[in-house]
Amino acid sequence: MSLTAKDKSIVKAFWGKVSSKADDIGAEAFGRMLTVYPQTKTYFASWSDLSPGSAAVKKHGKTIMGGIAEAVAHIDDLTGGLASLSELHAFKLRVDPANFKILAHNLIVVLALFFHGDFTPEVHMAVDKFFQNVAWALSEKYR
Amino acid sequence: MVEWTQEERVIIKEIFSKLNYEDVGPKSLCRILVVYPWTQRYFAHFGNLYNPEMILANPKIANHGVVVFRGLEMAVQNMDNIKNTYADLSKLHSEKLHVDPDNFQLLADCITIVIATKMRSAFTPEKQATWYKFLSVVVSALSKQYF
Repeated sequence: MSLTAKDKSIVKAFWGKVSSKADDIGAEAFGRMLTVYPQTKTYFASWSDLSPGSAAVKKHGKTIMGGIAEAVAHIDDLTGGLASLSELHAFKLRVDPANFKILAHNLIVVLALFFHGDFTPEVHMAVDKFFQNVAWALSEKYR
Repeated sequence: MVEWTQEERVIIKEIFSKLNYEDVGPKSLCRILVVYPWTQRYFAHFGNLYNPEMILANPKIANHGVVVFRGLEMAVQNMDNIKNTYADLSKLHSEKLHVDPDNFQLLADCITIVIATKMRSAFTPEKQATWYKFLSVVVSALSKQYF
């Protein structure tokens, strides 16, 4: 389900509205993922504090949103723009790609929570498609 | 057998007690039809689903959204026996309505989003986890009588 011109413009416009809160969104979404889908904690077994408000979780939420910002900036060529991130996830982190969907869901819950008025069904659809395409681009180098 | 802690029971009942079905029902159903448009295949006989505005204005869709939440209420009232409570509903969705069970998860996700927009920061990670557990049991029970 590739991104249409309309999807891209909706995503870019919505990102414009939400990017100032990117750090909070990332921290909240990542924290929720670890709480609601505890199997995702297996990737962070070496971390001492995985509780939602912890410094490590906040920092990693910020890192994740940096990646999302990259994706928005390269929305016309996600595979090219996210190539090195894909290599990282494929060869070093080896995150099962099924988890991209789980994180995407939690990002969407947080966006709905923080931007309840702006996150209309149409915006939701475009963002859902965008995250699916980001996940696809991130999985590119896996095999 | 699904085990519920006292805390989880309180959370689920509390969330439900605050819901206005006439509001969240239509919103949830409209959201799945817009975000995952292939789900419209089950509502072709409901009239005009041409675009998001038409879907939101469609009274049959609105009414059916309320029906869905009345169905969820059955699970809230029978939390220790959701599987059996939904046996007939599951058969109905499989044998009569022919709904792909993957769609149950899509609707569950849309319902969660609508709840999040209503509850906002009150929808804490712990409440989200309990809510997700509840809907997972519902989805599983609805899929049980398939084939």
